[in-house]
Amino acid sequence: MLDFIQQPWHWSIAGLFIGLTVPILLILGNKPFGISSSLRHICAACLPSSVTNGINYFNYNWKEEKWNLFFVTGVLIGGFIAAHFLSDPEPIQIAAETKAQLANQGIQDFAGLMPTDLFSWESLGTLRGFVFIVLGGFLVGFGTRYADGCTSGHAIMGLSNLQVPSLIATICFMIGGFLMTHFGLPFLLSL
Amino acid sequence: MSKSNIKALEKDDLIIVHPKKVKQESAIAHLKYMAVGVFFGIVFVKAEIISWFRIQEMFRLTSFHMYGVIGTAVVVGIISVFLIKKFNIKTLSGDKISISDKTFTKGQIFGGLMFGFGWALTGACPGPLYAQIGSGFGVVAVTLLSALLGAYVFGLLKDKLP
Repeated sequence: MLDFIQQPWHWSIAGLFIGLTVPILLILGNKPFGISSSLRHICAACLPSSVTNGINYFNYNWKEEKWNLFFVTGVLIGGFIAAHFLSDPEPIQIAAETKAQLANQGIQDFAGLMPTDLFSWESLGTLRGFVFIVLGGFLVGFGTRYADGCTSGHAIMGLSNLQVPSLIATICFMIGGFLMTHFGLPFLLSL
Repeated sequence: MSKSNIKALEKDDLIIVHPKKVKQESAIAHLKYMAVGVFFGIVFVKAEIISWFRIQEMFRLTSFHMYGVIGTAVVVGIISVFLIKKFNIKTLSGDKISISDKTFTKGQIFGGLMFGFGWALTGACPGPLYAQIGSGFGVVAVTLLSALLGAYVFGLLKDKLP
C-alpha cells in the first residue's frame, strides 16, 4: 500500500483530488477554493496597523478569513509529510526534450523537484538566484493579487463556476508563462 | 437633530457596524480546513505539481502532465458545482452554498501576465509555494516573503493601477 502511494501519482488522480477540493470546501463551510488570497490575509494579519493604516486593501476583518490561513498551513504540513514519509526514492522523470534544453541553458541538477542550481541558499546570493527566487516571488504575489486569484482561485474555482473573468485570467497566466519561458529564461538562466 | 433622530441614527449605525454575523467558527472547527490543506499539500507533492521541472514541461509543451492535472480538476470542479447548484446541496451546518461571481477588471490581464512570468520563474503558484517550503526547500520561504511583499506593494498601489 505504501509503495503504491510512494510512486508519483498519475495526473488523473491528482486532478480528481484537486477538483474535489472545490466541493469539499464548499460543503465544509461555504468556502471558495483559493490560495493567493492568503497572501493578503497574512499581510493584513502580520503588518502593524501603523503600516497598513490608510491602505484600504488591508483594512478589513481578516479574522473572518482565518480558515484560509489554516488551509495554507495545512498545505505546508502536507508538503512536509509527503516529502518525508511518502516520497519516491527514484529521481523525478522529466521529458527528455525539456531536460536537454535546460541542460543546454545551464541547469545541472535534475535529481529533485527543483533544481538546486537555482533554488538554494547559495544561489540566493547570485544575480541569477535573486531573479528566480526574489523577483519571481514578487511577480507571483503582485500578479495574483492584481488578477484577484491564482491557478486555484481562477483556473480551478473560477472555471468550475463558469466565470468568464477567470477564463481571461487563466489565459493570461498561460501567455505570461509561455513568454517568460521562451523569451525570458534563455537570457535569465545565463546570468 | 432631535433626540429621537439621534436614537434612530444610532440604531442604524449599530446595524451597519454589526451586520448580521455570519456564524463564526471556533479555532477547533478551523482544523478541518487545515486537514483539507494537509491532504492537498500531499497531492501537490505526489503529483509533482510543485516541481519546477513540471512547470517548465508545461510551458515548453513537452509533457501532458500539468494539462492533465488542471484539466481533470476543472472538469471535476464543474461537475461538482453543477451538482451542488442543481440539488441545492447545503453546507454541513445547513447553510446555503453561495459562490460569488468574479467581476472583470484589467487586473486579470495585467496581473495575470505578471503572475505568468513569476510562475515560469519560480515554478510555483501560491499553493505549491507553501508545499515546496514544507517539503524541504527552505529557500522558498524567501520566495514566499517576496510574494508577500508583492501583495503588499499591490495593496499600496491598488487605486493607482489601471
